Amino acid sequence: MTMNRRALLKGLGAVGVATATGGRAAVARSRRPVAEDAVGMLYDATRCIGCKTCMVACRRANHLPYEKPGHPWDDPVDLSGRTKTVIQRYRGREGQSYMKRQCLHCLDPACVSVCMIGAMHKSEGGIVAYDPDRCIGCRYCQVACPFNVPRFQWDSPTPKIVKCEMCRHLLARGRLPACCEVCPTGAVQFGKRKALLAEAKRRIARHPDRYVHKIYGESDAGGTQVLYLSSVPFEKLGLPHLGTESVPRLSETVQHGIYKGFIVPAALYVLIGAAVRRHHRQRSVDERKEET
Amino acid sequence: MNPHAHALPEVTLPRSFRLLRILVGAGVVMMLWRFLAGLGATTALNDGYPWGLWIAFDVVTGTALACGGYAIAILVYVLNKGEYHPLVRPALVTSALGYTLAGLAIVLDVGRYWNLYKVLYVWRWNLNSVLLEVALCIMAYVVVLWIELSPAFLERWRRSPRRALRWISQKGDPLLQRALIWIIALGILLPTMHQSSLGSLLLIATHKLHPLWHTPLLPLLFLISCIAMGYAVVVFESALSSHLFHRRVEKRMLASLSSVMVGVLLVYLLVRFVDVAVRGQLGAAFRFDGYSVLFLVEVALFLAPALMLLSRRARTRSGSLFRAAMLMMLAGAWYRFDVYLIAFNPGRGWIYFPSVPELVISMSIVALEILGYVAIVRRFPILGGLASATGER
Repeated sequence: MTMNRRALLKGLGAVGVATATGGRAAVARSRRPVAEDAVGMLYDATRCIGCKTCMVACRRANHLPYEKPGHPWDDPVDLSGRTKTVIQRYRGREGQSYMKRQCLHCLDPACVSVCMIGAMHKSEGGIVAYDPDRCIGCRYCQVACPFNVPRFQWDSPTPKIVKCEMCRHLLARGRLPACCEVCPTGAVQFGKRKALLAEAKRRIARHPDRYVHKIYGESDAGGTQVLYLSSVPFEKLGLPHLGTESVPRLSETVQHGIYKGFIVPAALYVLIGAAVRRHHRQRSVDERKEET
Repeated sequence: MNPHAHALPEVTLPRSFRLLRILVGAGVVMMLWRFLAGLGATTALNDGYPWGLWIAFDVVTGTALACGGYAIAILVYVLNKGEYHPLVRPALVTSALGYTLAGLAIVLDVGRYWNLYKVLYVWRWNLNSVLLEVALCIMAYVVVLWIELSPAFLERWRRSPRRALRWISQKGDPLLQRALIWIIALGILLPTMHQSSLGSLLLIATHKLHPLWHTPLLPLLFLISCIAMGYAVVVFESALSSHLFHRRVEKRMLASLSSVMVGVLLVYLLVRFVDVAVRGQLGAAFRFDGYSVLFLVEVALFLAPALMLLSRRARTRSGSLFRAAMLMMLAGAWYRFDVYLIAFNPGRGWIYFPSVPELVISMSIVALEILGYVAIVRRFPILGGLASATGER
């Protein structure tokens, strides 16, 4: 259902672009518009004190097991099949900073683009959601994600993909994502993406000396719904330079270029069929001649 | 279709075949372990390298090596080179087995195999997913291959003592004759689609695959190289059959086939080189760091068989023909390993090297393929057209 709606929207979008550009056919796949209702998070690394309360709250809200069961304290250092968010610390020449790792909820996510039957899908508010019932466990989402966000339950014989879904089960009950709810300093906040983007710009304008003059996610990888502010260059914090093009754009352009509405394969099939038939007939005629 | 082909029940197998059976047994045990304990316990896969040996070798390289049926079908049915017809059936056997076992590898590799059938839920298809196209195409092609091969079974069953088999043969034959042309066409269309798409799969990994390998031409390069690999496998397979079944190799046919192979190889190299140059990666190609060496060895592996087979004398000597075919297969495999594993870098901190169960299972699948080939060739009319030289040794 959602797929149908998306396909329809995409089609309409393409028509819109085509008319706007005066009928010039768009060769590459058009950029997806940001949905009005897109929600998001703003993580301001300069406000984070590294208390990791968000990690505990996330684990509890999502019923995740401890990273190392049996240990006296829980101490995940990276995302995993048991951990959907993690606070990491950077210390270097550029100073020090914390970094909250989690799914960035891309506007045009690679994981959604590659997922065969929509286990990874854009859900309400643009949240990148996961439906294990549709998941085959092929792990193409892991190959595709430029942030290495989706993780796999390697130690289970019935594994699932694990990633932040912005606590959509809590949102449905009118609550906030667990990490945003518990953060004591407001370092991570939930809201409409538009409002968060405006807030981030305001903060940079008010304290130009405190921040790197860039909001990571505003347009990176085609834009993400989780936005980052920091005093340390983002690549030091593990947020790579990805450019402003969305990740699936190239592969979808090539794939749809080859398979334009399935016309090319259909035509190819007819051509091959015709060739095979002609040569097949010729050969049976030749064989009959030989026999007589 | 192929009145000269016949079964070879009298052939005895070398003792080394016992080793293959042991390998298959070990593989089955490992497979059971994988299903009981999960992928983490049995493989070296991790969140950075979610695809490992089973995908890179068994599926991607395995199906490319199973392109003999496809490559020969292009020659015989599209380009109308009827003289290669005797090569069709043996090539189809390797293809049918190769693709079927690649299917097995997929079942082993996916984490939630009980959901696999949902790929057929048309209303859920995500047409942006290259993998969906690959999955559907490969499934369909496995069926097509066995149908393409079925005349060999029906021929044999026509004289079977069992009534049921005779009945199948009687009813099946006319049905098949009517549909065969379109089945054959499908057998050419489907590999064209999914072999190129196996290259497209990695287009999404823009930031993980090294620029020497990441190019919009990935589908084209995969397609051309799989055809070259297909011809190489046909040469390899006929040399192997001649050894196992004491048959004389049809040298003239293989010699002219290998000149086709040279052409395909040169086209591949041209595309590869121009692509690297146009994308401004020549500097990276000759930087002589790890990736550059990897790339240069890969190109050399493609170039070597092409150069070897340029001389007409080499083409008619079965020894050098065999060696060139081996190199060709290695080149295609090397390219695929580069794209899927070695030049694929998910970021710092991730490493992958296949575990013992992964290796054993992959080897057992190859063993199963060889055993299956021999079993089919002995029981059904596959090999033929070649002058039998039984008892020469």
